[in-house]
Amino acid sequence: MRFFPIFACLALALLASGAQAQLSIEITGGGANQIPIGVPHLAGEDALPQSISDIIEADLQRSGRFRMLYAGGVNPLPSELSQVNFADWKNRNADALLIGSIVRLSDGRFEARVRLLDVPKQAAIESLAYAFAAKDLRAAAHRIADIVYLKLTGDRGVFSTRIAYVVKQGSRFELHIADADGAGSQTALASREPIISPSWSPDGTRLAYVSFENKKPVVYVHSLVSGQRQAVANFKGSNSAPAWSSDGRQLAVVLSKDGGSQIYLIGADGANPRRITSSGAIDTEPFFAPDGQSIYFTSDRGGSPQIYRMPAGGGEAARVTFDGSYNVSPRISSDGKTLIYIARDSGRFQLRSLDLASKQGQALTDGLRDESPSFAPNGKMILYATELGSRGSLAAVSIDGKTRQRLSIQAADVREPAWGPFLNP
Amino acid sequence: MKKILLSIAAVAWLAGCASTPKEEPKAAVEDRTPSAVVPTPARPPVTTAPVTPKAEQPLNPLKDPNNILSKRNIFYELDKYDVRDEYKPLLQAHARYLAQNPSAKMLIQGNCDERGSREYNIALGQKRSDGIRQTLMLMGAKESQLESVSLGEEKPRCTEQTEECYAQNRRGDMLYGGEY
Repeated sequence: MRFFPIFACLALALLASGAQAQLSIEITGGGANQIPIGVPHLAGEDALPQSISDIIEADLQRSGRFRMLYAGGVNPLPSELSQVNFADWKNRNADALLIGSIVRLSDGRFEARVRLLDVPKQAAIESLAYAFAAKDLRAAAHRIADIVYLKLTGDRGVFSTRIAYVVKQGSRFELHIADADGAGSQTALASREPIISPSWSPDGTRLAYVSFENKKPVVYVHSLVSGQRQAVANFKGSNSAPAWSSDGRQLAVVLSKDGGSQIYLIGADGANPRRITSSGAIDTEPFFAPDGQSIYFTSDRGGSPQIYRMPAGGGEAARVTFDGSYNVSPRISSDGKTLIYIARDSGRFQLRSLDLASKQGQALTDGLRDESPSFAPNGKMILYATELGSRGSLAAVSIDGKTRQRLSIQAADVREPAWGPFLNP
Repeated sequence: MKKILLSIAAVAWLAGCASTPKEEPKAAVEDRTPSAVVPTPARPPVTTAPVTPKAEQPLNPLKDPNNILSKRNIFYELDKYDVRDEYKPLLQAHARYLAQNPSAKMLIQGNCDERGSREYNIALGQKRSDGIRQTLMLMGAKESQLESVSLGEEKPRCTEQTEECYAQNRRGDMLYGGEY
């Protein structure tokens, strides 16, 4: 029975779903120009196992773009334009109102029939019907919130996207995948050795990450659908910092096989490593610009770690950050216009943004140990790792720095967040 | 305290191993059967024969706490990766051991304290382990015997947020094949 302990471990890893450890969320702050909106309960939603309007409301609130109005005391609940007491909603200072009903379909599913209303104009902006099984209630709520967000802000909502992060519990490390609101977490990988730097493939089906299970850093690509994974960079020395190219065919990785930490391009299957930096210094943390033309990275070639940009195939690098003596972990927004990075200032590590055209910089957080930032795919929020009472926790901040939320798991250390892409591009 | 007791036990166990009698070749004894014809002189009261000296079984030099080779850690100042002079004799001893034992292999792991970017700390730890590797090569170890890697800030020996702790975690570790 020599195989038994190994088998038992494996079974444990497979069984360990996120049932015990959901992220809980706490929101602080509020931006200017928030759209005041009312989201009363949908008529008939009591038939659902959970309130769908509460999930929509929580999504919109987390985005920082809306001011949620008190929606209680509305009786009967309006589901048609004609049933809305617009004078009442004007008194509550509403600009927008989401109303609707839940209908049970003959096949056992439910249908949400909702209307987004412009209160001053007393007119519908959008009407939709969305059928879903009870178990997909959260997904349905996120889809509706995405539509509300798009209609009212002009930007795509990210409520249906997913996030990845690493949970450390004792000596156990787990790579979790959860909905953007932290619900429904699943364990993709469990290990007794650290896991860092998860990075989503552009189509959201695979994660690249660094695992220390072989007593050194090795880069893996892990298919979320099949659970299969493959070591794609396992050369002599250290292998780390994977970043996907925009077309998902290549990874930029950092290898030490030829001495020092240098940036290479490899196929997504590990084929044909090609070195693209050749400095005697540290070159690490590559990140592809969304247009695929350039790579941002961290280097200490100028004497302190700073952020540089070079052509995606390698070539002359231009320095991008100049203030301070420690600027690391560059990420670029999906429109290519904003750089975010971690800066050390008087011993504190904080998230900063830099408008690449105007060179205007801004501090986004005031933490002590903020790290590993990751843009939401619409570029409006940034997920990052922070510290809460000497334990790791996740936080998100709006791109203007005005709305912040903390996502924490009881009794666990959460770190290394990565926000996944839009699933329907 | 428990740790000290354990290591005493371990040393005692090792010592015990070393003094376990080994099968020695039988000592040769002279055969002096008296001849019938020749009048024999009086039998000597004693006979002597040479005994092969029993070689002192040495402790594994890599594990012997009195041997410099049992020391495997090199500590660093903040943001530094050069090997300080006080560690040169230690590296000299390991380089000599590697040169004398061409089949020996070593994994050098660089470590950092927890402050700063995890990936940048991987690169810093790599600079530390690369530095140890190059020094060992200059001192006579072969490149094929050595692999230098980085654990960054991911495997801290000490987990408190104090300067003492950080100093313990800014470290290079030398591990021989079979030890990791």
